[in-house]
Parts: sequence; C-alpha cells; structure tokens
Amino acid sequence: MSPPSKVAVVGVGITKFGRRLDATHPDLAWEATKRALETAGIWIDDVDAVVYGTMDPFDGVAAPERWDSAAYGAGRGSGKPIIKVTTGGTTGMSIALLAHALVASGKYDVVLATGVQKVSENIEAQQVLNTAVDPLTDRPLGIGAIAVGAMQASAYYFKYNRRIEEYMALVASKNRINALRNPVSHLQIRLTPEEALMSPYLIWPVKLADSCPSSDGAVSVVMVSDRAAKRIGNAHAWVKAVDYIADTYWFGTKSDPADWTNLALLARRIYRKAGVRDPYRFFDVMELYDAFSIQEILEYEALNLAPPGQGTRLLEEGVTEFHGQLPVSPSGGVLSSNPVGVTGLWRFAEAALQVMGRAGEHQVKGVQRALAHAWGGALQFHALAILSSSPE
Amino acid sequence: MSVIQPLRPKEVSGLFVFPGKWEIEYEYAAGRVLTEFFKKLKEGKIVGSRCPSCKRVLMPPRAFCERCMVETSELVEVKDEGVLLNFIIVYRKFYGLPDPPYAIGLVKLDGADEPMLHFIGGVDLSTPERALQVLRPGIRVKAVWSETRTGAITDIKYFAPVAGEK
Repeated sequence: MSPPSKVAVVGVGITKFGRRLDATHPDLAWEATKRALETAGIWIDDVDAVVYGTMDPFDGVAAPERWDSAAYGAGRGSGKPIIKVTTGGTTGMSIALLAHALVASGKYDVVLATGVQKVSENIEAQQVLNTAVDPLTDRPLGIGAIAVGAMQASAYYFKYNRRIEEYMALVASKNRINALRNPVSHLQIRLTPEEALMSPYLIWPVKLADSCPSSDGAVSVVMVSDRAAKRIGNAHAWVKAVDYIADTYWFGTKSDPADWTNLALLARRIYRKAGVRDPYRFFDVMELYDAFSIQEILEYEALNLAPPGQGTRLLEEGVTEFHGQLPVSPSGGVLSSNPVGVTGLWRFAEAALQVMGRAGEHQVKGVQRALAHAWGGALQFHALAILSSSPE
Repeated sequence: MSVIQPLRPKEVSGLFVFPGKWEIEYEYAAGRVLTEFFKKLKEGKIVGSRCPSCKRVLMPPRAFCERCMVETSELVEVKDEGVLLNFIIVYRKFYGLPDPPYAIGLVKLDGADEPMLHFIGGVDLSTPERALQVLRPGIRVKAVWSETRTGAITDIKYFAPVAGEK
C-alpha cells in the first residue's frame, strides 16, 4: 500500500456500439481492453486490478464477469483481482468511482475500469427492466425504464411547460446529429426536430425519437496513480472529483419527478469540492446521461445551468449544441448509443478523451475541464465526475 | 435415455445467433406487512402502514419507515379514493407487458401520506388529446375493483375519475 495519490486516466478503449453479432461477450471485453491498454502504452500484466461492471440480466447470462475474466488476464496466472459492481444505469460510473478510489487510496497503482453489455441480445429491453421493480406491487403494472422517463416528462409538462415535447425534439435532434461525428455511435441518423416530433408515442409524453436504442458495447479505461503517471501514458486526464448519491426506490418518498432534486444536491456537493462557482465558466464540455430527451433538460436545471423550469432556454439559444458555449454530449450521448451498464463509464471516458484532446471528429476545441454524469435505478442514483487536463 | 433437442441457430449476415429463453420459477415472499395489505385488498379495503415517529401513512405499506428508520407500528385503513398526482399513457406494445393503450398513475389516497402506483382507467385513452380532456393532476379518482379478487395488487382493476371530473 502506497500513500494517497492523484488519479489520471491514461488509456481509453471504446468498441463500436450497436448490434454486435460479430462478437461474444468476452470478445467485446477484450476489444475494449486491448484498445485501452494500447492507448496507455502498457500490457495487461502491468494492470494491478480490474473493476468490472454490467447490468444483469440484459445479456441473458447471469454474472458475465466469470465468462469475461479471460479478457482481463485471468488465464495468465497473474493473480489479478476482478471486482464487480452493478447499480443499473450508474453501473459505469460506479466502476469509475471504485477504480478511482482504489488508485487514490494508494491500494493499487494501475487499475483497469471496464464494463461490457449486450442489450441487443434480449428481444424486449422493457421486459428485462420490468424484472428490476418490486415483483408484487409494481411489476404487474408493466413498469420499465421508459415509464419512469415518461413520468418525468409528464410531471414537467404539467408543472412547467405544456410545449415540452417541442424542446424534447430539439434534444433528440441535437444529439443524433452530434452522433454523426462519432464513428462508434449505434445510431447514425440525421434526425430533424420536425421528424422527432412526428415519431410515434411509446409512452406519452415520450416518443420513439426521445428514447435511447438497445446497444451492445464495451468500454475500458486505464487509471493510474501520480507515481505511475510519470512513466505511463502520452496524454493524461486527471480526475479532479468524483461523487455519487442515492435516493429511495419508493416513488411516494422521492421528490416530484419534474425536478431532479437529488442530482441538484450532488452537483452542489461536487461543485463545492472542486471550487466550481459558475459551471458555464468552469466547464468546456459535458457528457450527460440522457436515456430520454426530457432528462437532458432536467439535468441542465439540476446542474445549475438554468433555473427550474427554464432548461429549455439553453435549447432555444443553442448553448449546448456542438458549436455552442457549452456543448453537451458531443459524442451523440445516450440517445444515440446505450449499452446500459457501460454507458456511465462511456460518459467518463468521453469526458477524459475531451480533456486529452483525443475525441477525434467530435473533439470540442480547447477543452480543459469536462463533466461526466450518469443516473440509474428507479430515478434513484446519480454520479458525477470532473476531469481536468491539469493535475492541480 | 436422455433426449437432447438439437439447437437451431439462425444466420444473420453470415453470422450465427442462437434463440434463447429464461424460464425460471420463483416464489416471492410478501412478508408480514404486504401479506396483510393483500389480504385486505381481497376484502375490498386498502391499508397503509403508519410510522410511529413521523406519523406518516406509507403506501404501499412497508415494514419500516425509510425517513425515520424505525419499524412501522400499525396498519391503518385509507380510502379507496383520492387525488391523481401524475400519469403516463402507454401506446407501444412491449413484448411480455400488458396490451396498450393503458395509463399508469400516482394516486394519493385519502388518509395516506404517499401516492401509490396503479393503472388509471375509465377514460378514453385512444389518443393523448382525448385522454388529456379528462386526466390532469389534481382530479379525484376512485378504485374500480376486480370482480374476482385473489389477494394481489390486481384486485384493484384501476383508478377511474369520479363523476363530475369528466
């Protein structure tokens, strides 16, 4: 055990997202891991520990960490630990948080944070998500993830804005058009706001265009201590802060779904810790978890980019577009690719790539600080991470 | 002699996929509190559980209050009528889930301090425009009970707007 350390991301591997019939679960695990190790300039034997996550049972295989273990060097007799975490949509950021803690504490110098998911292999994702609610009181009602996203949109409609569907269409279009710059994106469609508004309702007020796809994919991120960073990596993204918050399962005790009160609480906490007074000035880019287009609007408000009920203004003014003052989800975001248990780690990885200047075609100019977000559970869990080009 | 059924892959763009299915049976324990809740539903009554500390009546009833972190002390009967707080309307058929259209809402029953999730019915749900002529937060709704009650959440068919809300 070494002394506490600052933590840097030195390698990122992101697979192509989509229906990946060409690869099994372990194949995807290896594809992302190989790429992450290559970009870090290290080999699997240089990794001290692996933090792994997935959201069971999208893939129809329970506990796939057993199956995937070979992709992390378990077959080489290295004795490396593989630790699994899973918290629904926040799984990926739980992975990042735990990997960060293991390095920051001095426990390990080089940790591989990784997630693998094959959402496209189940025939109906909502049927899988329905297994994640109370089996006696809620499951018979057919509740899935779209239902909770629709609950937010409906609450927002009545509380703040009867024209919310038009703004949801702007988010749906913006992120799909951003995805055209990202070759790994599952969806590659030039969707206009008009087309988004015309798409059929899944669950009122949420339309098909307002919803994420069911994607396969894997992401691996190499995190190292400041000691190891001296010898590993050509580009470094420093983890300035990472934090997490949980709310109850029960709808009756949670706050009004029109506001993401818990995310606002978490944002205030992490902003205080990182010295963020004005998020517009502090951040150059954000990668938010917008599984449904309404959520990006709620996130603007909870992250203090707009007052409650006013998040739509950012869309009117184009602030969060690719060439706007504060681009949000230049990667195309969750609306364009959603390998659920991996998606949070993908947000973290995209934020890291942006501060490293390695995001390719969707690189935002001159990024020094980026925010990554994920939500999960029954509108319950949130995670935020701040990545910076400087260790200070 | 065991008989193994041959597996039949499908070929998609030159690659094999194998159809699969999980058929795993369970017996979910309702526990003491929910057992009582379901027994009362069978009698056509709805109960919540009261927290001895904050005095709130929790819906659905739970064995402990998540705010005060103490065991709930008693079950109290609430009305089968209350206020609709929020709702959504399902239009897409999701495999393995109920047939659309159907509405799900949060209903705060008179005497309860928390809303419960259930179906909202007795309304024309064919389009959002039609449904919104009747449904909005704040309207009064009342339970429509199933003809056959088994001691389950489905003993309530749905909550429907009371006369005068239409």
